[in-house]
Amino acid sequence: MENLGSLAILLALCLSGYAILASLVGKWRDKPLLVLSAERAVYGIWALLTIASGILVYSLITGDFRLAYVAGHSNRAMPVFFKFAAWWGGMEGSLLLWAWILSSYSALVVFTNRFRFRDMMPYVVAILMAVQCFFLLLISFPENPFQVLAVGKGITEVPDGNGLNPLLQYWAMVIHPPMLYLGYVGFVVPFAFAMGSLITRQPGDAWIHTTRRWTILTWGFQSAGILLGAGWAYAVLGWGGYWGWDPVENASLLPWITATAFLHSVMMQEKKGMMKVWNMVLISATFFLCIFGTFLTRSGIVGSVHAFAQSPIGKYFVAFLAIGIAATIYLILDRLDYLKSEAHLESVLSRESSFLFNNLILLASCFAVLWGTIFPVISEAVTGEKISVDAPFYNRVNVPIGLFLLFLTGVGPLIAWRRSSIESLKKAFLWPSLLGLSVMAALLIAGVRHFYALMSFGLCAFVLATILMEFWKGSRAIAAKTGQNLLLAAVELTHRNTRRYGGYIVHMAIVFMFIGFTGSAFNLDSTNEVRVGDKFSIGRYELKVRDLLDGDNDNYAWRRAVIDVYIGGRQVATLNPEQRVYKASRQSTSEVSIRRRLNEDLYLNFAGVTNDGRNLAIIQSYVFPLVSWIWIGFVTLLFGTAICLIPSKVKMQYARTEVVGYVERHAAVTK
Amino acid sequence: MNTYLKFGLLMSLIIGTLVWLAIGGVSETKTYYKTVAELETMKDATSKRLRVAGDVEPGSIVRKGQTVEFVLTQESKKLRVVYEGSDPLPDTFRDRAQAVADGRLGTDGRFHATRIQAKCASKYEAKPGQQGAPVYSNQADRRS
Repeated sequence: MENLGSLAILLALCLSGYAILASLVGKWRDKPLLVLSAERAVYGIWALLTIASGILVYSLITGDFRLAYVAGHSNRAMPVFFKFAAWWGGMEGSLLLWAWILSSYSALVVFTNRFRFRDMMPYVVAILMAVQCFFLLLISFPENPFQVLAVGKGITEVPDGNGLNPLLQYWAMVIHPPMLYLGYVGFVVPFAFAMGSLITRQPGDAWIHTTRRWTILTWGFQSAGILLGAGWAYAVLGWGGYWGWDPVENASLLPWITATAFLHSVMMQEKKGMMKVWNMVLISATFFLCIFGTFLTRSGIVGSVHAFAQSPIGKYFVAFLAIGIAATIYLILDRLDYLKSEAHLESVLSRESSFLFNNLILLASCFAVLWGTIFPVISEAVTGEKISVDAPFYNRVNVPIGLFLLFLTGVGPLIAWRRSSIESLKKAFLWPSLLGLSVMAALLIAGVRHFYALMSFGLCAFVLATILMEFWKGSRAIAAKTGQNLLLAAVELTHRNTRRYGGYIVHMAIVFMFIGFTGSAFNLDSTNEVRVGDKFSIGRYELKVRDLLDGDNDNYAWRRAVIDVYIGGRQVATLNPEQRVYKASRQSTSEVSIRRRLNEDLYLNFAGVTNDGRNLAIIQSYVFPLVSWIWIGFVTLLFGTAICLIPSKVKMQYARTEVVGYVERHAAVTK
Repeated sequence: MNTYLKFGLLMSLIIGTLVWLAIGGVSETKTYYKTVAELETMKDATSKRLRVAGDVEPGSIVRKGQTVEFVLTQESKKLRVVYEGSDPLPDTFRDRAQAVADGRLGTDGRFHATRIQAKCASKYEAKPGQQGAPVYSNQADRRS
């Protein structure tokens, strides 16, 4: 079995090499059949990797503990669901998942474009396969998932595996890595099209039109992956936070930031023919940051609390990144003339400039996060001392950036293209600004003195008002014309231009999340040592320890506190924070107990028992205001992204006038 | 005034502010990685934020009220650590775990930590990994 798996991977590696050569040679020598054979090879790779993945999953589920990977990440007691998830529970398996997802994407790309872009596709295939080849190289040699333990040579038998880390045995954690991968890997496709279009000097922005859906879908996956990770950290890790600016978290955030910038700046290229070079740079940066993120989490170059295997694959990644980045820079510089802008910036008060600010700010944030993440490496190289920066550094830089972005979220969609007059600005922003200011004033009177929190709530109100006004204006016009009620008219409006109104919904999701983030300025926490019958309080809650229990079962031993929660003398809930010690791994986990409400969460953690002889239970209690809005924002974001993916009922009207040129461009690329 | 000039001025204003914030952030939070041995010979050790890594000596963990005391060992050098942070200790923090302590060296010779991170050694592979996922993370830095 395991030999078959290894063989499949090796064959896939050979095929990927063949596909690169065949499509390039076929293109240069003008041999369409050779190009076709390369595309067939792409399907072949997908089939082979599906077999390899199937074998690995089969071994995990049946518990073939001769395999090092199975022994390391699965055990007999685990439910089948988690055994399946062990596929991506470790380095080798997750690299296999990476390769498999890429092969699926590639097969999809080749299939959907089998009659289109005949002159560009060979390069697209070659680039996709070059990336594929790299990852197959990794799992063929240094990180083979089918490595067999040396049974009989020292090790006699492995009766049971190590099991998946108990902390990871949680639903959100199971789907978090595949989501992130779908996001990470997905950006290879727009990148390949961008480069293909650059190499063949395609006129126009065919690559952007073709990959627009890819980019949005991929971005959605990536957002989902990041937020699932945050939700898991909040519900499982017991420190009540959802983001710690850890290098690994940063690694997933970096490409998300550049991708967000890209999603916005492509609009400039579509509508105005501006920022062509910039878009090339952004999509390349996103792609390389995805690879860099994988590298960062896999090589152990930056010390992280996330315990990752130190492994020799770091140098492979460095080589791949260096070659890739150099080639991309050369290509862009060599073809600068073809990327000339078709229009100029006319005014600082214009939508163009709001897009530029948006991009600049996102990039600044990306750079700050990247800088902070690799600061230990840089400082060691420059001064010889390893110095790290901490969460306050990231917050200091990113909080103002976030607020400015929030402001632009409100301004950007309403401000006119080219230039805005003061009157039109007044018309568009008078009411939202007044609303924002009055929210700030109300909070100030209510006693809120936190500067950033005031700004944030005011801006949230401002942005929300602008979005609702857009929906209101559009649906009222439709309602007046068709006689539908406003709600139906709003649905109709969204359907007519899904990308625009779906985008507004995503903006609304961002506002909800900001409300949640801002709540953290008012967090409360307290630690109490208690025995049965003790009372303590946090915020407006009175907590009474009703009971302290303990016990054990086959899997773990547990201690639990039963705590009644009172508000103003009335009991509102009973919470049961628990601490478990897993027997197999001797690892303890906290099962926090949360009372979730829209206005605030009450969060209790059983932190342990004092071992100074008094045997008191240590209960940590927290109040997290508004944190639920982050998860509401998450659901809204998924919904908005899905709306963007639905085709618009009305064909998109381009503001550009050279319609003839548009037809010509398409005729040229689909010869 | 030329549009690009105006735009450039605004941009440099923004970038300038951010750089200023970033520099402030770095100097405020920078933490030096040191080994236990290096700590003993460091001259200005008490004035800097430090990060020390080592193994938790078996049996040395004592929970006392709000604080937790333990001993970190690294290549036979020992360091007494007092944890005074408000956040719960990581689930992985226990005897023999590899731990990283952030904080300052007190004049009493003990290391006063405000944050502890820990990971445990496992049987087959040194550390089970999970892409993009906080595995043993247990830190909440609410000084911000």
